[in-house]
Parts: sequence; C-alpha cells; structure tokens
Amino acid sequence: MYAFLTALAQGGGDAAASEAGHFEPFLPGLVVLLPLLGFVINGILALKHGRDSAAAVRAGGELTFGDRKPATHTLPTWVGPGVMGLAFLITLVNFTRMLGAHLEEPVVVHYWTWIATGTFTVDAALQLDQLSMIMMMVVTGVGFLIHVFSVGYMKEDPGYPRYFAYLNLFVFFMLVLVMGSSYALMFVGWEGVGLCSYLLIGYWFSDREKSDAGKKAFIVNRIGDAGFLIAMFMVFANFGSLDYVPVFHDAEGLAYAGGLVTAITLFFFVGAIGKSAQIPLFVWLPDAMAGPTPVSALIHAATMVTAGVYLVARSSVLFALAPLTSAVVAGIGALTALFAATIALKQNDIKKVLAYSTVSQLGYMFLGVGVGAYAAGVFHLMTHAFFKALLFMGSGAVIHAMHEAYHSTHSHEDAQDMRNMGGLRAHMPITWATMWIATLAIAGIWPFAGFFSKDEIIWQTAAFGGAAGAPYTALYTVYWVMALAAAMLTAFYMTRMMVLTFHGANRTGAEESRHLHEAPVVMWLPLAVLAVLSVFGGWINVPEAIRASFLGGAGALPMTEWLHHWLEPLTAQAHHIQEEHLGELAHAAPFGGGEVMWAVISTVAAAIVVAVAIRFVGGRKVVAVAEDTTELTGLSKVLYNKYYIDEFYDRVVVRPIVQGSRFCWKVIDSLIIDGVVNAVGWIAKAFGWGISMFQTGSVNTYAFILTVGVLVILGASLF
Amino acid sequence: MTALLDSIGYAGWALHALIWLPVLGVGLVLASEEARAKSVAFWWSIGVFVLSLGLWWAFDPAEAGLQMQSSVPWIPDWGVSYSLGVDGISLFMVMLTTFSTSIAILGSFNYIAKRERSFYALMLLLEAAVVGVFTATDVFLFYVFFELTLVPMYFIVGIWGGERRIYAAIKFFLYTAFGSLLMLVAILYMFWKAKTMLGVPTFAYADMLRIPLTGTEQLWLFSAFALAFSVKVPVFPLHTWLPDAHVEAPTPGSVILAAVLLKMGTYGFLRFLLPLFPVAAQHPTVVTTMMVLGVIGILYTAWVAAVQPDAKKLVAYTSVAHMGFVVLGVFALTVNGLQGGLVVMISHGISTGALFLLLGMLYERRHTRAIADFGGIARVAPWFATAFVITALASIGLPGTSGFVGEFLALLGTFESHPVIAMVATLGVIFAAYYMLPMVQTVFFNKLEKDENREIEDLSSREMVILAPLVALMIVLGWHPTPVLNRMEPSVRAVIERVEGANAQASGFDTAGIEFAGGPEVDDLDTRGESDAVTDSDPTPSGAEAGISADAGA
Repeated sequence: MYAFLTALAQGGGDAAASEAGHFEPFLPGLVVLLPLLGFVINGILALKHGRDSAAAVRAGGELTFGDRKPATHTLPTWVGPGVMGLAFLITLVNFTRMLGAHLEEPVVVHYWTWIATGTFTVDAALQLDQLSMIMMMVVTGVGFLIHVFSVGYMKEDPGYPRYFAYLNLFVFFMLVLVMGSSYALMFVGWEGVGLCSYLLIGYWFSDREKSDAGKKAFIVNRIGDAGFLIAMFMVFANFGSLDYVPVFHDAEGLAYAGGLVTAITLFFFVGAIGKSAQIPLFVWLPDAMAGPTPVSALIHAATMVTAGVYLVARSSVLFALAPLTSAVVAGIGALTALFAATIALKQNDIKKVLAYSTVSQLGYMFLGVGVGAYAAGVFHLMTHAFFKALLFMGSGAVIHAMHEAYHSTHSHEDAQDMRNMGGLRAHMPITWATMWIATLAIAGIWPFAGFFSKDEIIWQTAAFGGAAGAPYTALYTVYWVMALAAAMLTAFYMTRMMVLTFHGANRTGAEESRHLHEAPVVMWLPLAVLAVLSVFGGWINVPEAIRASFLGGAGALPMTEWLHHWLEPLTAQAHHIQEEHLGELAHAAPFGGGEVMWAVISTVAAAIVVAVAIRFVGGRKVVAVAEDTTELTGLSKVLYNKYYIDEFYDRVVVRPIVQGSRFCWKVIDSLIIDGVVNAVGWIAKAFGWGISMFQTGSVNTYAFILTVGVLVILGASLF
Repeated sequence: MTALLDSIGYAGWALHALIWLPVLGVGLVLASEEARAKSVAFWWSIGVFVLSLGLWWAFDPAEAGLQMQSSVPWIPDWGVSYSLGVDGISLFMVMLTTFSTSIAILGSFNYIAKRERSFYALMLLLEAAVVGVFTATDVFLFYVFFELTLVPMYFIVGIWGGERRIYAAIKFFLYTAFGSLLMLVAILYMFWKAKTMLGVPTFAYADMLRIPLTGTEQLWLFSAFALAFSVKVPVFPLHTWLPDAHVEAPTPGSVILAAVLLKMGTYGFLRFLLPLFPVAAQHPTVVTTMMVLGVIGILYTAWVAAVQPDAKKLVAYTSVAHMGFVVLGVFALTVNGLQGGLVVMISHGISTGALFLLLGMLYERRHTRAIADFGGIARVAPWFATAFVITALASIGLPGTSGFVGEFLALLGTFESHPVIAMVATLGVIFAAYYMLPMVQTVFFNKLEKDENREIEDLSSREMVILAPLVALMIVLGWHPTPVLNRMEPSVRAVIERVEGANAQASGFDTAGIEFAGGPEVDDLDTRGESDAVTDSDPTPSGAEAGISADAGA
C-alpha cells in the first residue's frame, strides 16, 4: 500500500509518463480514489444512520426527514458532490495538459501487480489517453452535476447517506472501467458498475417491484458478462496478455476477417449488448427506471450504459479486423435504434419514454462504431450524455414537483404518468426551457449538439456501405434507412413527451396544481449547465463538409472535426486497416446526394416532424389517468406493451429454467441419485455387515469401533 | 520476522505443534468447567492460529518441494513414519484450517447450548486431524488423519445437529467410508508394490512417487483415489450427502465442513492423484470425464440451489458449484488453472464459511432457515444485510473480491487447455447470480411484513468480530492476491511438470498398459532430497516480481 501511496503522490511516478509526448499526468490515481473515499465516508454514515432508522422501524415507526441527525445530512451533502467536483478538477488539469501535449502513445501509470500467477500477469494500472480522457471528462463532469442535482432531489429521502455512498461507489467503478489499462480492469469496472446499478435500481428495496428490477438488471447483465469473460480468455490465449497496449500492437498480426478475431469481437459484443441494453438483452433498462431519477440520468443514460460503446471504440483495432462482427454491431444498433423508438411512441410514463429513447440512442452509437466511425460513436456518446442527463434530471424535477403536489393532498395518483401532467410550463419555466433545448438536440435539429453527432453517424453509415470494397453493401443501405426513420420517430416521441408534460391544459388536479413549483436552484442549475452543453457541445466536431458549405472559410471555426483529430492516435490503426481492405469511403448516399444535402434534409425533416407533432399531439384531447378509459387496440396496444417481449422471455427462458431447476432437484437429485444411495444402504443393511449398528443411531457404538481401530494401530506400533 | 522465527527454530517444530497443541487443547477443554469451555477453546484456537501465521514467513516462496520436513518412525515394521511437511499447495490450507477453526468456535458461542465441553473438544480434535491431513507426508499417516476427521464431524452432526441429524450423519459416513475404503485398498497395493520394487516396507510419499506403475495400474489406482476424494469434494453425482450434512449440522460444523473438509478432496487431487498417477491423470478419457463432471457440478448444482426453499441448503449446493471450478482448474493442468483452483479453495472457505455463519446468526434469531419466512431484514438489521450482501457477492465472484480472482484464473487456465469446456463453464457466472440474488432479495429486501422479523437484532459486537476479518480477507484477496499466488506458484509448476514429464515418458500410452518407470522428474517432489528438490527449469518467479509484491505489501 505504501508503494501505491508514493506512486500516487508522484502522479504515477512512472518513467513512461515523461517518455510519451510531453504529457505529465496529474494525480490520476486520485481521480479514482476520491469517489472511493466518498463511498467510504458516506458508507460509514449510512451504516450509523441505518442503526438509528432500524431502531425506529423496530419500534413500529419510520424515521423521517425531520428525525435525521444533522451529520447524516450535512456530511453527505458536501462529501458526495465534493469528491466529484475535486475529481472533475483534477481531470480538467489532466485534460488541459493533454491538450498541450501531442500524445502519440497512451500513458500507462502502474500502481501494483494485481494478479500474477506465473504465466498471467495483470497490473493495477491506469491508462491515460485521448479516449479515456473524454470518458473521464464525461463521467466526472456530468457525474458532478448529477450529484449536485441529487442533493435537491433526494433531500428528504430517509436513506440519504446510503444513496450517496452507492452513487460515489458507482463513479469509482465507472472510472476504473474507462481508465483501467487492461480488459481485466475494465471488467472490474464493468461488473462493479453493474453492482451499483443493481443497488441503486433497488434503492427503495422495500418495494418488491423495484427490488425485482434491480435483480433483473444484474442477472441480464451477467449474461453479457459471460460473453466478456470468454472474449478475455480468447484474447489472453492468443496474445498472452490482457493489457491494451500489447494486445492492440500484436493485433496487427491477425488475419483480416479471420475466425479468431471474429469470435473475440463477437463475444466482446455480447458483453456490450448486455451492458448497453441492445436487442436482445435490452429488457432490463426500462425496468431500471425504478431507481431514483438522478440514478437514471447518471447510470442509465450518461455513463454506464455507454460502456459497451466504449468497449467497441477501445477495441477499434479488433473490430476493424472483423467486418462480420462490425456488420452485426451496426445491424443490432440500427435495429435497436428503430425498435426502441417505436415503443417510445406509446409510453405514458415520462421515464419510460426516456428509457426507450436511451436504448434507441445507444443503438445509434453502436451503428456508428459498427461502421468504423469510432469517433462519431464516441461523439454521440458525449452529446447524448449532455442532453439525456438533462432530460432525465428535467423529468426528475417534474416528478419531484408532481410528487409534492400529490403529497400535499395525500393523493396516490401516479406522479410519473404524463396524462396527469400538462401545462407545467407555467409552473416550471426553467425546466421547460432547458428540456426543450435537450429535446431539439436529441431530435437532431441544427445547431444543437445532437444534430452533429447523430448526423455524422447516419452519414458514415451511408459512406461506409458505399465504400469500394465494403461487404454487404445492401445491408448498409437498409441500416441507413432505418437510422433515418428512427431519427424521425425520435423527433416525434420527444415532442409528444414535451407537449404532454408542459403544454396544453393542466391535468394534475385543481387543488394539486397550486402546489406545483419550479425546482430549487440546486436542481435547476445543473439543468442550465447541461442546456448550454446541449447547445454548443456539438460544435467540437463539425464535419469539414458542413463547415465549408455554411460556415465560411477554413479558420472561421477552429473546432472543425476536433474530436475526430483528437482521437486520431487511437483510431488511426483501425482506419488504416479499413482503408486497406475496403478502400475509400463513398462520397454519395445510396440514393444520391452528398453529406451536406442529407444533413439538410434530415434536419429539415426533423423540424417538420417536431412541428407536426406539436399540432397533432397538442390537438388531441388528453385526460388524466383516473378518467382515462381508452382501450388500446391493434398496433398501439402492441407498442404500449413493448411487443410483449418480457412475456415472451418469461415463457421461453425464465420459466423453463426454473422448471428445469426443479426437475434437477426433485427428480435427478432426490429421486435418482439419493434413491441409488439409499438402495445401497438398504442392500448393505440386508447383508447385515456393520451398517445395522448405525441404524440404532447410537454414536457410542461407532466410537467404540473407532477406538478399537486406533488401539489396534497403536498396538501394532509397539510390537 | 524471519530472523525471530529462526531464532526459536520455528521451522523445526511448528507443524507438529499445529497438530499436537489442539490435541492438548482437547484435554484442557475437557478438564475445564462447562461454562468456561468455550472461552478456553476459543483462546486456545487463537493461539494455534497465531502460531500458524509464522508459516507465512518461515515458508520459502522460491522452493517448490516440501518444506519444514521432519520424520519419526512410527511403525517401522510396516514402514509407517510420522512425517510432516508443507509446500505451496498445503500452506494456505493449513492456515485456512487454523483460521476457520477459531472463527467457527467463536461462532458457536450462542448456537451450542448442550454438552459444550464435548463439543469444543471435538472442534479442536477436528482441527488437529485436518492439519494432519494437509501436512502428512506419509501416505498411511495421511489416511489415518483423513479417516480421523470423520469422527469428530460425525459426532458434531449427530449430537448437535438438527432433526434429521442421524440420517445426515450416517449418510455422510456411508458415502465417505465407501470412498475411502477403496482408497485404502489402493494404498495397500502401492505399499506392496513399493516393497517389491524397493525392497523395504514404506508408506513415505516420496517413495510412492518412485514406484513404477503401468498405465493400467495407474488407471485402477487413480480410480480408487479419485473416488475417495471425489466424495469429499464432492463431485457430481457423489454430492448428495453434502446438502443433508450441511442442513443438519450446527453452524460451526457447516463452517468447518465448507471451509476445510471439502478442500481435503481437492487437496488430495493435487497431492496424490496428479503426482502419483500422472499418466492416468492426463488420459484423455479421464480428463474429459473429470472436467465434464466439474462443469455439470457448476451448472447443475447452481440450478438445484436456485430452487431451494431452505437458505442453508441453497448455500450447501453452491459449494458443489464452487468446487466444480476447482475440479476444472486442477484437471486443466495449466499454471493458471491450478493457481485458480487453489484460490477458489481459499476463497470458498472464506466466503461460504461466512455465509454459513451469517445464516446461523439468522437462525439463532428466528429459528427458521426457510427463505420465505424472511423479508425486509435490511430495514431492521442494516449491518447484517451489508455483511451478507458483500459475502454473497464474493461468493458469486464479483471482481474486487477473492471469488473473482479464483474463478477467473480457473476458467482462464481451463480455456488454455480445454476452450469449449471453459466456455460452457463460464455460463456458471450467470447462474450464480440466478441462485444468489433471489435469496438475498427475499431475505433482506422486499417489504418487512412479518412482525417476528421486526424483532431481529442487528449484529452484536461478537458477531462483528467474527465477520470483520472474513469480509476484510475477501476484499484484500480480491485486490492483492499476488503474495498468495507467488507462494503457490513453484509447487503448482512442480505438479504440472511432473505430470507432463510422465507424458513425455509414456508417449504412445494406451490402456493396455505400457510400463512406465518413474522418470527423471520424480526427484522434483522428492521429499527427502536436499539440493535437487527444486526443478531444474527454474519456475520460480523472477526477482523483479517478488520485489514488486514485497514493495506493494510494505
């Protein structure tokens, strides 16, 4: 441990730092350690607080906000967001340092040897490079804002310190995931964030439904984790290491489109499907909305669920060598993007809309990294973190207000159902405005952040499919059309959500609506910051073509394709492989037209959809849940019930496993094996040797026999 | 530390003391008052544990063969000697035994309410026997200790057990006796063989390694030993004694059973099966059979565990699943596989032992083990719930805990030699979540509905003292297992080299039997050799690695 602390104080103290570029890492270990420290402090507070609240429960009551000891509120309030703020500042220092350096090779900071068996070694080491830096910025930056928001949102929750303990622990594992220098460490973070997700989804564990949702998330994720493990075994068996640097270096020796690299990437992708909620393992994410809303913003929108995209982007070399896997990645992505968007059309729960929207947007990211546009995938990951975190926290502000309104009249109406909302704009203007910005961003309206990132993915799909040597060209045309269609659906369901929530007449109830109010500053300030990022975040990566057409000569916009260039040292190898085997990317879409034309078409179309949706949804009569007697039929019913996928899995997967388990127990174990054992016992008894003595149950008999045996042996030793 | 141990000649007497001090403790406990028996037993066992800690320093990590050896003739006419020794494979088993015994004794203070003196005396006797099993370097002595462990365990289950304790105790005895009888026959055959070949009667392990055996002989002897050990492990389908024994056993009995008694089986694999019968141990049919049984153990028992209404039975079944990973790792015959198997043995001892303790504490409070009787316990006993959840996560191999290191390495090592089997076995991680999380949820989460559950007290200070070291070990081993792995590596390599050396000797081996004379590798494990005990290919970790771990551990 001492060596670790010394290394930490020296900012790694490794010679590698000074060799590569001129980048000197600044206390990278502390970025990881600070949230862990927060977890320990909040965890201790939570346990102390838990004792008090247990005493209250045992006495038949309940510990409420007012009974809470001041320390269990004040300390978490400062420690929880505080460690995040510090971690963000340290990340920022590192980021500016890296900006100034021309880092060609990743910097790896070693702390200690984690596992060394003699033939397998993996270090506890952090890797700082352009990709992990972007992820660190998102995780600590957006994470910090969400922690601040939580102070307001969770203020009156009886488990306040426990909440921050889990949240800090989550960030710790997320940082291990993105900063670890090997697949093994990524897996530590990978399962660690899954654990925190489980704990936070089931945060209100007394509610069986919420508890179930957490369990479901964990188990479904473990299906993916098994794939991740198998991929790691393959990587180790073939490269003799799990560290990124040597693996990616040696990957060049692999055969293009070979069976090995295809298998490795496919298994990694199984892991990504689980963690990032893609078809067919997406079912846990909508249920995950059972957790507190800031959790949905942090874990189930901005960070954890994007880990799969990070995994593919991190392994770009391997995926570029596996065109079949890449086609699968892109296909699953495109399909999920469209499929989830259709479900989002019919949901009434505001968080469910956002949940399916997240699944859909993650699909876009996979489409991006599946067509070799690794920077575009990461770009969308980043902008999505901004506007989706904003949308979730905005919905949190709405739910918070709705909840208090119903609480004031002791009503048990659903505070998350949009049919009970409407007209909230008047009560919550800041939330309304910031959420509209995010909506326009996700809908892909120029010049908001989502426009640039989403459009780049759609365009790259077209360009990739049209490349000279591209395999499955027709397939990519289909993906491209699906992506365009999903973009239109996105514009529609998001506008629907905004209209139902904020516009039209209020349906909360006459008495209740008087209690509706804007969120406190600690909650709306993070929204405002994210709103700014949702507007300008996309400008760091404006495509060259668009700049040339609309934004004047070179130099007018210094950030043109910045992210693309930033990630270049990491993606160059993959791009090189791609160019070598596929040739130049196409400059025209499947049905003609170039990048700029399609960008204009899609943003104009999206704007039209938004306008239509405002009129269409706004023009329809919506009634509150209590009065709603509409029977859904046909397609609406299917969409509302999410294509009955959960029911299908229950029948085809869950129940057979449970029944099979019972069969194993009752029939194989109890009947067959134990039957044989008992039969042997009976036969033995029938022969009457020895066993009959035990049937008396007399332990003395047995002791006697044993003693005699021991005496015989001892006796033999004497003669 | 090393100098201090040297000055008191620790290496010369430590192993003997670890066996005979508990025996002395038996006398002390029996002589003490009934009411004081528990504290006498506890402090005595702590003394033994502290003494065993010296092994960590006295043990030379670079040495592959048996260390700290000593031998006294016992029954000279039969060539039986009382000889002990320890190597990288048994080192941690011995320490796990002394540790678990202390923990189990402290964990029985409330649970054991009758005939306390006899109980604690039996616990110490059990400790002596198990340490004997792990340190004996004479095959006859090993067998005596191996059988001796049955006695205290039989009584612990039979006297302090639950309602069906007699059935469980007899089933436990029948299964095990059946297996070990065949092993006795095999040992006697080898004794006879050794006598004919070497001219003197001997049971010494080192001599057993020298006996030239044909392939056919190896297969027969292997089968006999394998059966005895497989019952202990237990390997599917020989496992059905375990759930009954666990359910009926009192908490400390379950702890010792899970933590160390099962390990005697896998230890037997590593100490006897592989080195004594190297040709049989890598016969494709044998390896495939054992590995398939290991995989079945992992998946099948996970399913069976998942539908158990009794929490203790559930955990009992998960033991079989965990030991399946050990079986895989051992028969993978790779450094990673064996290392992983050994770490699973340690980790399972800690985490499953802790689970049995926790369930026992729950039973003391509610006098039921039925999962359905609980619900919402985390509301009234948050510390309890926290300890349980951490332990459960370590048990299902979450990274950052010891369980992950073991399972990961075992699977990794298996993948290196048997990729398909490893891939199937990896599905076990899914089913681990499938059996563990619903139980955790039903007991600790959900609504606190039953009033009886409202009365459940949180952890007492004594219980925290029991659980704290266990939880700490789970996490420390999860993040820094390297010092442990370093100490095991040379011995693990020696086993593999011996087995593979035999393969080189007997290439073209078939079951019809080709004479296999103990090759040059035999000396690797020579317990009496002084200078030639280290293998010539220098498997020791490089100085740099050792330096790192020492550095980080400082």
